[in-house]
Amino acid sequence: MAAPKIEVKYTQFTLPNGLRVILHEDHSVPMVSVNMWYHVGSARERTGRTGFAHLFEHLMFMGSGHVQPGQFDEWLEAAGGDNNGSTENDRTNYWINVPSNSLELALFLESDRMGYLLDTMTPKTVDAQRDVVKNERRQSYENRPYGQADITLGELLYPEGHPYHWPVIGYMPDLTAASYDDVVTFFKTYYAPGNASLVVAGDIETETARTLVERWFGDVKPGAPVEPMTMPGVALAGVQKKTVTDKVQLPRLSLAWLTPPHLAPADAALDIVADMLAGGKNSRLYKRLVYDMQIAQSVSAGQNSQALSSYFLIEATPRPGHTVEELQKVIDEEIARLQNDAPSQHEMERSFNQIEASFYNRMERVGGFGGKADQLNAYYTQTGDPDWFNEDLGRYRPLSATDVQAAAAQYLPLGRRVELVVMPEGSK
Amino acid sequence: MMTRRFVLATALAGLTAVLSAQQAPDRTHPPQPGPPPALTLPTIQKRQLSNGLPVWMVEMHKVPVVQVNLLVFSGTADDPAGKFGVASLTTAMLEEGAGARSALEIADAVDFLGADLGAGTSIDASAVRLHVPVARLAGALPIMADVALRPTFPKDELERLRRERLTNLLQARDDPPTIAALAFSRILYGPAHRYGTAMLGTGATIAAFTPDDLRAFYAATFRPANTALLVVGDVAPDHVMPLLESSFGSWTAQTGAAAHATLPAAPEPARREIYLVDKPDAAQSQVRIGWIGVPRSTPDYFPIQVMNTILGGSFSSRLNMNLREKHGYAYGAGSGFDMRASAGPFAASAGVQTDKTAESLKEFFNELNGILQPIPPDELARAKNYVALRFPGGFETTGDISRKLEDALVYHLPDTYFSQYVQSIQAVTAADVQRVAQKYIQPGRFVVVVVGDRKKIEPGIRALNLGPIKIVTIDEVFGPAPSIPQ
Repeated sequence: MAAPKIEVKYTQFTLPNGLRVILHEDHSVPMVSVNMWYHVGSARERTGRTGFAHLFEHLMFMGSGHVQPGQFDEWLEAAGGDNNGSTENDRTNYWINVPSNSLELALFLESDRMGYLLDTMTPKTVDAQRDVVKNERRQSYENRPYGQADITLGELLYPEGHPYHWPVIGYMPDLTAASYDDVVTFFKTYYAPGNASLVVAGDIETETARTLVERWFGDVKPGAPVEPMTMPGVALAGVQKKTVTDKVQLPRLSLAWLTPPHLAPADAALDIVADMLAGGKNSRLYKRLVYDMQIAQSVSAGQNSQALSSYFLIEATPRPGHTVEELQKVIDEEIARLQNDAPSQHEMERSFNQIEASFYNRMERVGGFGGKADQLNAYYTQTGDPDWFNEDLGRYRPLSATDVQAAAAQYLPLGRRVELVVMPEGSK
Repeated sequence: MMTRRFVLATALAGLTAVLSAQQAPDRTHPPQPGPPPALTLPTIQKRQLSNGLPVWMVEMHKVPVVQVNLLVFSGTADDPAGKFGVASLTTAMLEEGAGARSALEIADAVDFLGADLGAGTSIDASAVRLHVPVARLAGALPIMADVALRPTFPKDELERLRRERLTNLLQARDDPPTIAALAFSRILYGPAHRYGTAMLGTGATIAAFTPDDLRAFYAATFRPANTALLVVGDVAPDHVMPLLESSFGSWTAQTGAAAHATLPAAPEPARREIYLVDKPDAAQSQVRIGWIGVPRSTPDYFPIQVMNTILGGSFSSRLNMNLREKHGYAYGAGSGFDMRASAGPFAASAGVQTDKTAESLKEFFNELNGILQPIPPDELARAKNYVALRFPGGFETTGDISRKLEDALVYHLPDTYFSQYVQSIQAVTAADVQRVAQKYIQPGRFVVVVVGDRKKIEPGIRALNLGPIKIVTIDEVFGPAPSIPQ
């Protein structure tokens, strides 16, 4: 099958205050998604204030100059709308999905918190969301099997002081220390229109939507430009080995490598490497560990692409009666095999076909996390081109089997990686 | 009528834009919505194959993909006594060998096509589901047909899945939300009722299943008279019908209706009781509060949707506003009626910080008692609008629509169900909400399950005097930890 051609038509313009705007029409259901990316994430946090970008994200739902606390959600729900936000290392995103007759309400709310957030912000609001975020940390990390190890992994991969060293959720004492003054500074530094991009997609008429965006965001004051992040290169000198314990039945092995950033050469090849190792029953690690030998309950592999530095992660859980050492031996054999011999054309074609199908699947939904609006904003942020779908897809098919072999050889050295083991508490 | 309103809305929106482009926006009041956009529901085209197998189709031409589901009207609720878990394992085994293909050959062929093929069981139905680029549909359907119609249940693959499932059951003991949900069901329904045991079954049943058990369940349930096909996506019926006919039209192996299990009526708890599951050092307590709710066929479906939205079904619901926004005890709190062919559980739930467990329980009961009182008109209107106005957005993807069609088929929803949905919600009155709250929310008889650090939370819970406290072990929830054959 010929590679699909994906076209997402859009209109782009920039407001005088610096806000970049992208509009996309899709009339398949009478809904609109208002999707805002702020180009700031946990990587911008300073020592002693980890978790702050995410805590701040929570505060963005607590009202603004013309919206009393609680009204943001109440008004959207009364209009049949939904909303959410998320924080990563490099960005924070927000979306509002509403029936198309309430587009203006969504633009009002989104612009009001961009322009007038501090007008209603109080230390009490910060305290309230601090408690919520602490409970998010308890629920998603402390009380979840293997959750603490996920935090440890970043600490082992990136040296102290590197902005990917600490977890997005932050450390408890830092969440406690976050202050109202921090909120003011962070908002003024990073939440200006020039550091954001807005996508409005769905059941809109482009000209009307443009007028409404100009109307509601036009009075938001510009801010000072944000200096781009400069980051020293990172590398692992040898094997970083650590064993931690958790209240779990079975151990877990994590092997992780520092790899090139998102969209850098080899980033796509490492996606294929991951698929060959652990995508589907016939993948090399799944087939040997889980299917044939049955010494593992599960195995996964992935190239986790990030703006400044990516990491490649393999995780495997041994079956009762088996050990992480047994798993690691087989995993290393399979990595070496991929490093020494180019994969078959059948494996290559299987991966290409799955990736191409996934691009179609990503076209089905407009709003929410991962919908077309979110993807347009992601591509714009990463490349400057909102409709980068075909270019992204085009990174894969030209790869040869030897490219994939070379990526495995260069970026997955057995002697320079993190080896993290979780052992059940009380086990020996 | 709808068309007139839609045209009017467009005209108004244009007018507003022209008037306001010149001036600063008025932020003193939130912009009011225009008239609701026209709701165009997808047309369901109903046909059948030569063997009588019904086919429901919805055309969607936005993206060149298609979803094809073979839906069987038997699920885990049809597991025979002593064989809990057989439906789930039978369905999982369909992909582990079928026709002339081995498990690995099936997976390779499906992956090579860029398709997703999955077989799974829910409480009231089983399904083989295919999602594929439309250009590869013709290649994928014969594999799907093998999986659904010609499974071979190889002994080796059964042994592998048996070990995998026993290990899953072992790992479930790590996860507090999983422990809480299963303990809650177990306490409400007991070990004899199907709803009181995990869909996977127990260590004992999983250890005992034979290929003949699976073949027997398959033969009793996978039959044309107990099955329907759904097709949603970028296909024309006249083009896809011959493909379906050639893959599924000659399926006649088992005729006649399938035998469906009749679940015993489960009695509601007579009084409030508290059950503690100890999870030493847990950072949070997982809380479930409720009792046996309603079946999907309840005549109170729409009032219950509205009432639950107010209580715990949206971000601005009372439980979330109280436990999360007001007190900060939780990352989130909510409630839900799990509606099935028979009455499923109603539960209010949250993970709450350990040192605020008793305080949280008090607030849960404040809200559960509060919902019995008359609802203020603006809160009622907001909840109805939330449920009704977002309804059209639920028909966006092939997956969305196929799930709605599955519900319509499994629960025999009337033909007018989707077209009347918005009106049915808007027709709910304050009196309806109060009536269903008083009927289905009886906090004095609710079961309370708390999975947390007993040493830290028990004294505070005792001091609340909610009712008798019983201690439940993890083994009582899951059965003894399974031993996994090597």
